[in-house]
Amino acid sequence: MNHDIKAGSYLDAPHGIASWLLTKDHKRIALLYLISITVFFIIGGIFAAGIRTELMTPEGDLFTADMYNKVFTLHGVVMIFFFLIPSIPATLGNFLVPIMCGAKDLAFPRINLLSWYLYVAGASLTIGAVALGGVDTGWTFYTPYSSMASNTNVTLAALGVFIAGFSSILTGFNFIVTIHRMRAPGLTWFRMPLFLWAHYATSLVMILGTPVVAITILLVGAERALGFAIFDPRVGGDPVLFQHLFWFYSHPAVYIMILPAMGVISELVAAVSRKQIFGYSFVAYSSLAIAIIGFLVWGHHMFVSSQSIYAGLVFSIITMIVAVPSAVKTFNWTATMYKGSITWDSPTYWVLGFMGLFLIGGLTGLFLGTMGLDVHLHDTYFVVAHFHYIMVGGGVMGFLGGVHFWWPKMTGRIYPETAGKIAAVLVFVGFNLTFFPQFVVGYLGMPRRYHAYPEEFQILNVLSTGGAAVLGAGYLLILAYLVASFFKPRNAPANPWGATGLEWDIPSPPTTFNFEHDPVVTEDAYDYVGRARKAREN
Amino acid sequence: MQSSFPLFPQAASSIASEVDLLYFFILAVASFFAVLVSVAVVFFAIKFRRRHADEIGHDIHGSIALELIWSIIPFVLAMVMFFWGADLYFRIARPPADAMDVYVVGKQWMWKVQHPEGVREINELHVPLGRPVRITLGSEDVLHDFYIPAFRVKMDAVPGKLTTLWFTATKTGSYHVFCAEYCGTQHSGMIGQVIVMEPHDYEAWLAGGRSTGTAVQNGEKLFTQLACITCHKTDTSGRGPVLTGVFGSTVQLMDGRQVIVDENYLRESVMNPQAKIVLGYQPIMPTFQGTVSEENLLQLIAYIKTLKATTPESPEGGQ
Ligand code: HEC
Ligand code: HEM
Ligand SMILES: [Cu+2]
Ligand SMILES: [Cu+2]
Repeated sequence: MNHDIKAGSYLDAPHGIASWLLTKDHKRIALLYLISITVFFIIGGIFAAGIRTELMTPEGDLFTADMYNKVFTLHGVVMIFFFLIPSIPATLGNFLVPIMCGAKDLAFPRINLLSWYLYVAGASLTIGAVALGGVDTGWTFYTPYSSMASNTNVTLAALGVFIAGFSSILTGFNFIVTIHRMRAPGLTWFRMPLFLWAHYATSLVMILGTPVVAITILLVGAERALGFAIFDPRVGGDPVLFQHLFWFYSHPAVYIMILPAMGVISELVAAVSRKQIFGYSFVAYSSLAIAIIGFLVWGHHMFVSSQSIYAGLVFSIITMIVAVPSAVKTFNWTATMYKGSITWDSPTYWVLGFMGLFLIGGLTGLFLGTMGLDVHLHDTYFVVAHFHYIMVGGGVMGFLGGVHFWWPKMTGRIYPETAGKIAAVLVFVGFNLTFFPQFVVGYLGMPRRYHAYPEEFQILNVLSTGGAAVLGAGYLLILAYLVASFFKPRNAPANPWGATGLEWDIPSPPTTFNFEHDPVVTEDAYDYVGRARKAREN
Repeated sequence: MQSSFPLFPQAASSIASEVDLLYFFILAVASFFAVLVSVAVVFFAIKFRRRHADEIGHDIHGSIALELIWSIIPFVLAMVMFFWGADLYFRIARPPADAMDVYVVGKQWMWKVQHPEGVREINELHVPLGRPVRITLGSEDVLHDFYIPAFRVKMDAVPGKLTTLWFTATKTGSYHVFCAEYCGTQHSGMIGQVIVMEPHDYEAWLAGGRSTGTAVQNGEKLFTQLACITCHKTDTSGRGPVLTGVFGSTVQLMDGRQVIVDENYLRESVMNPQAKIVLGYQPIMPTFQGTVSEENLLQLIAYIKTLKATTPESPEGGQ
């Protein structure tokens, strides 16, 4: 290791494992989260590799059917609950929300640490369920399969998800209070970076939605363990009720996964273009609109579930409406680049990649929100492709873009630019090769969660598996150079991208209390013009 | 039946080409926007690339006019999709009155099919060309989903309920049936074939099938065997209501509600009789949950549906 330690950096003082495991510093907690979610991303990725290898051939030859079902279930559970939901909020959000507010920490530092422990506890239970033989219900835990038919460790896995849910509730609660109460003097709502707006909206969804899924999953556990009759049709329960409760949370949950990524991209677009975001207030309000309207569309997962066709109508029209704010954001990002001063540093690659993939993800949502078409598409690979474009194409690209952008700030280290660009291209190409064929095979009618499939779908599946290999190589490359950067000197400048924002005015890495003097904010976010004017005047 | 490496599914039902048309419409709109934005983004990134290290972008903050344009145009397009899709969905959801009835029960992990004439098959469904077919779906255990990609229709089979799906096949041949709702170990093995035949071939096939009595005949037998008949008589002397003409009628319940008698109501009356009590009767009907299988239930329902006021005891169908 190097020894050119900058005095007072949060990374150095205090020393020792205990100082990390008991830290109340939001930046250290962010790193704890970053390490844990990376572990889960790798575990989830190994399961994904298993799925794609099995699907190289039409026969189910690599795994037994039961094993395959466990593999895709754990892939989903791990990726959604233990990687993607905490990804941006718990790492970049934890690190940046207080700094962007101009605060020393989150409002409740101890609760922040508690939320990490809850996450670890939940994750351990779920891993325990894996060790004891796995779970096979799919990440959606649909009843009555999950409540009466499956003889796997559903209760334990469900309990893990239940507990992890509290960690996101606490994070959301902490962010909301921080953003309300701890903004620096002069930092009015409409001067806030859009990253804060996005995290505010996400936090609303976290605290309003998560309790519902937590209780729903608990009910499944109660039905399994204690014989409560809630979803079991044999005793008058209603299996479809579960779907309502589940999607009431899980549709908004998809926004927990994408809104923070939208926040990251808003920051990145402005920074790589050195320009005020186009239509700031429209981008800010669209986050809130998405968070709120997103609570009213859950029934679009149930068009063929025996839900009333009139209810379906309402869900369909609201679904189509919620697509509009996403479109507005996309147009505003595009317009921000117009007459910008656009760098071709690695963050730009992630921005472009995000735009391309999120666009396809959002647009294919329109096919699914259209009822007559969803009858054919529901539960096929078309849906699988759609949500991967959104969650991996949008969510994970946003996450990686953010990690690359703020890496110098978080660690004080610089990663190799060329490797960063190659990785972004590999991820983009690999991703499209993996998931685009799934739209085609989905329209052809291949259902999801199939261990074996008719031969005529093979070529498209082989393409998809090939793409997954490229995608995996891209991710591994990123892991390699980011880890390697830790062994390099800490020589990142305070503001490597020449961006605006409070986080770029403090050293890289920041000191424990972030700011030497409490900051006062006198200008709008992304005020490149104002800053240049001041520089000229001085 | 299909080329060995298809990129687009066959269209073999009356609704399929309509679904495809909507698909192509949305595909065109989506492609337009995808290309528009991608080209703009890449073009801007190149055209406005940074020329020197401390260059900054122009001082542009936004434009209300543009915001309105790019909110309203997508909104209008989304509404076109919505109305088009909703109209199509209603047509997919509502079977024509003259449709022929087939009963399908899903269970881990097979499809059991019962034709009105009594022929049964497993994981195969023979249907005549050009005639609307209405499938009443039940499930014996967990959720399943009866999906025929070539017809662009699917419907969940929900335990504790009956659901329906219909189609008119327009091309002879055989097409995949998939279970599209995850149901456990052999979910991907819960597949079968729909075989669309010329009407006269279908008749011949039916005649050659091992009929075990029509659904209605079987239902009538069950009605006696299960002693329904002791309470439900053809006159009002029984302890239960007369079932003649009950299907499609409106029933007054004890709690003041009214219900229209459909398959799901009949199903519930047998499996969970305490859920809705008919006005003027005691809640004495025993539950048949566990005694009556999902298939028998469909036969009972088929039978009760034929009890018309004019010809109370003459079942339809048969040969
Ligand atoms: C012990 C007498 C008894 C037996 C046996 C019985 N039922 Fe009933 N059934 C009743 C009574 C009483 C009612 C009305 C009260 C209620 O709604 O539960 C009723 C209601 C019904 C209804 C609803 C009728 C309406 O007008 O809404 C149907 C359908 C029905 N029974 C079918 C059956 C079938 C099929 C069987 C045999 C499998 C059967 N019942 C056996 C007593 C009986
Ligand atoms: C922009 C407009 C969007 C529309 C109109 C839309 C529409 C839909 C619809 C109708 C479905 C259900 C399909 C089916 O099961 O038959 C669906 C599934 C899904 N969508 Fe979207 N969506 C949009 C954006 C998003 C976003 C932003 C996310 C996530 C961040 C997302 C994530 C998902 C997920 C995870 C599923 C599938 C869940 C599952 O069945 O496992 N979608 N989408
Ligand atoms: Cu949804
Ligand atoms: Cu299935």
